[in-house]
Amino acid sequence: MHTRTLAELAAALRDGDFSSEELVGHFLDRIETLDATLNAFVTVTRDQALEAARSADSARADGQAGPLTGLPIAHKDIFCTRGVKTSCGSRMLDNFVSPYDATVVGRLKAAGVVMLGKTNMDEFAMGSSNETSWYGPVRNPWDLNKVPGGSSGGSAAAVAARMAPAATGTDTGGSIRQPAALTNTTGLKPTYGRVSRYGMIAFASSLDQAGTITASAEDAAMLLGAMAGHDPRDSTSAEVPVPDYLEALGQSLSGVRIGLAKEFLDDGLDPGNAAVLEQALKVFRGLGASVEEVSLPNLGLSVPTYYVVAPAECSSNLSRFDGIRFGYRAEDPRDLTDLYKRSRGEGFGAEVKRRIMTGTYVLSAGYYDAYYLKAQRVRQLIAGDFQRVFQDVDLIVGPTTPTPAFDIGAKVDDPVTMYLNDIYTIGVNLAGLPGMSVPCGFVGGLPVGLQIIGNHFDEGRLLNAAYMYQRETDWHHRVPDGFSPESG
Amino acid sequence: MEWEVVIGLEIHAQLKTASKIFSAASTQFGAEPNTQACLVDLGYPGVLPVLNGDAVRMAVRFGLASHSSIAPRSIFARKNYFYPDLPKGYQISQYELPVVHDGWVDVVLDDGSRKRVGITRAHLEEDAGKSLHEDFHGLTGIDLNRAGTPLLEIVSEPDMRSAKEAVAYMKLIHQLVRYLDICDGNMQEGSLRCDANISVRPMGRHEFGTRAEIKNLNSFRFIERAINYEAERQIDIIESGGSVVQETRLYDSGKDETRPMRSKEEANDYRYFPDPDLLPLKIEEQTVESIRADLPELPWEKRDRFVESYGLSDYDAGVLTTARSTADYFETVASGGADAKLAANWVMGELAGALNKAGIEIENSPVGPDALRGLLSRIADETISGKIAKEVFESMWAGEGSADEIIDGKGLRQITDSSAIQSVIDQVLADNPQQLEQYRAGKVKLLGFFVGQVMKATRGQANPAQVNDLLRRSLDG
Repeated sequence: MHTRTLAELAAALRDGDFSSEELVGHFLDRIETLDATLNAFVTVTRDQALEAARSADSARADGQAGPLTGLPIAHKDIFCTRGVKTSCGSRMLDNFVSPYDATVVGRLKAAGVVMLGKTNMDEFAMGSSNETSWYGPVRNPWDLNKVPGGSSGGSAAAVAARMAPAATGTDTGGSIRQPAALTNTTGLKPTYGRVSRYGMIAFASSLDQAGTITASAEDAAMLLGAMAGHDPRDSTSAEVPVPDYLEALGQSLSGVRIGLAKEFLDDGLDPGNAAVLEQALKVFRGLGASVEEVSLPNLGLSVPTYYVVAPAECSSNLSRFDGIRFGYRAEDPRDLTDLYKRSRGEGFGAEVKRRIMTGTYVLSAGYYDAYYLKAQRVRQLIAGDFQRVFQDVDLIVGPTTPTPAFDIGAKVDDPVTMYLNDIYTIGVNLAGLPGMSVPCGFVGGLPVGLQIIGNHFDEGRLLNAAYMYQRETDWHHRVPDGFSPESG
Repeated sequence: MEWEVVIGLEIHAQLKTASKIFSAASTQFGAEPNTQACLVDLGYPGVLPVLNGDAVRMAVRFGLASHSSIAPRSIFARKNYFYPDLPKGYQISQYELPVVHDGWVDVVLDDGSRKRVGITRAHLEEDAGKSLHEDFHGLTGIDLNRAGTPLLEIVSEPDMRSAKEAVAYMKLIHQLVRYLDICDGNMQEGSLRCDANISVRPMGRHEFGTRAEIKNLNSFRFIERAINYEAERQIDIIESGGSVVQETRLYDSGKDETRPMRSKEEANDYRYFPDPDLLPLKIEEQTVESIRADLPELPWEKRDRFVESYGLSDYDAGVLTTARSTADYFETVASGGADAKLAANWVMGELAGALNKAGIEIENSPVGPDALRGLLSRIADETISGKIAKEVFESMWAGEGSADEIIDGKGLRQITDSSAIQSVIDQVLADNPQQLEQYRAGKVKLLGFFVGQVMKATRGQANPAQVNDLLRRSLDG
């Protein structure tokens, strides 16, 4: 049953093919068998999951079931979950049990969704390989020596290996789309403000956005409908009505104008990835869409811009982890300064410290204008480029990553090379746009993703394009050897 | 050399909202530590601030009353520093674009002259918690009840030239925020406190001297003393060839001195930047106008009206309008037909004295304005004399009843019946033949003696004017 999509599982539950308890039990068993190898989960909430599944089954028996009732998913360990450890992949929060549910968690729970557990991630979502986690690297089910991408690497690996039919993720610079591309899953990062950030531990507040990692675009549409919408507890969540995303699926792409940004096709793009991208464009043309070249002239500035804005915000956001009220506290501090220095020095890993220091520097007196303010101006230019292009096209496509998954350990000592892995995804966050990565082929046996970018709050059109593409292709149905139907 | 002191104040007014500026927790003072702090106030992972609209409306009220501009768009910024009573590691404040800017107020000085003080800006921010250093044996306790309480920081121009001017300005702001009902003005509890920026320069020089900032002054007396001490200190330094260091200092009221608060090495770089969790604060012109329409009569307007409508002196009007509650009390008494000057004297004299002695606010006075008016009307219609009225007031204060009940119950009604007074006079004259003889022999100052005897015989109730009149006639006749 684990090879089915969320939509198929929903239908099976509705038809009474199996109970939610059976379904949830099946995925829990898979996690137990497979996760020792993959390390995709930080916490598995077996007892709570089975109890929630039984509640879902009795709700169904009472005729109270909604479309998502009884479906299991995993939550990235960045979302606060009441009564369950919420570590954010950090030693700092290894002992932190959240007293409340994030809005995303609460909404899905209210819709009857069952949480299987919390997935591994780069520490505080800072990383592109899931190697910065306090809980160790996640392995890519397509090749256990490769990274699954990050920071939502645990969610991506869990869905790729079908240890969960779907998972939540967050995307600050590509943290949903990049791991989705490297694991052959479908990743959706909605428009900034589409989904509440309340209860999602902040990395860079102006860029962070919650989304999904699923087996299909249809599944993403199902979950987004339940997650999205204004939240009075998040002032930056938009008061824009939530359309019925499922309803929008299946519309013809005839006449849809797709822009291919030429800046995506730079020297850094692996020729294999480029060839796969070309195939994907053919599929869209075949579906009646037109593909034209467009230009985002400032896109090349997005990585340096991001590495000023995101660290600046994180340096402030992570100040609350001070060893005083919750989280890690150093033993036997001599005085207050020692308590701060050692709690933070011991509680945070190297990458988090690197970004806090970078951020502190760019905000400090005398450097603010040259770095932070200038980066904000460039950010406006990048956002302006996208808006100009969206006057002429409906969607923008390109590669999600420059290369397929790389070896664990290959880039861990070279942060700049690591940062460049997000070169195609970061601009979307800076502009606050919705973006997806959908499986579009393999290079050297490893999956690669097609990135599709929409205009603000145009998730319906975006999801429909991905859905229509997936109706024509079967890349997204492929499951890695060893995690295939036979093995579970 | 003659020196000029230059002073600017940064006043922190705690706004009277029911809940905190960015959370739904209560702002009530005096609760058990950490019982009024929710997850947002505690800076828990994942929580977000949501701006309290009431705090914004209160800031706009202040802005309009102080002739300031209201920014159609202002920005919340983070001020970053580590301290255990600052849960998030940053304070949400306003930095580059404050909600209120460029205004002024006119302060009335002791000599009756007016001094205009510029308001540079007033911005919204959250308060921090409190560190409790006692009772923990070498440890520090943290109480986060106050964390997230809304503050309006009112920054003046460096327009004041003496400690007295600074105190007069502080008093005006104290008066204004209470009139506007945006702050309870309780300085002891820290609801209103200020930092003073002080520098000195040779009289006549245009450039400012190097300033020192004295933190956290929470009484008018401390403001005056701290400024005077600090100005003297700076003058001494310069006159003995030194130069003033720009620094933050604390006033120690026990020793009556200021001393440095932190060294330069510990100085913070606050790394202000716009808070990405909060959208720019936008205020529509329409909102501003509806708040303007809702403004109460301001202290200076009330003062002028009291002079004009009630014929009070500028000084009396000033005293009566210091607090809105006193002004309201006075007006209830005076508007009910009582003589305004008489009402003013009683409110500022007998009533204020009694309230002060008992430590009671005027709103809770045991003698309410209607009751006082009842008493004053008995003076006006000569039922009792002013002297008896004080006695009646004391009984009213003690809860013995209304003026009329006490007057009747104790038989204090003034005797105005001429024949009754005459018969007392006749008796007094008969009882004091010696004095009568002396008077008639020319010792006319004995009149006072006879008046006293008559008043004594009537227990003070005889109408004094009539007594005088009738006595003269009997003695001289």
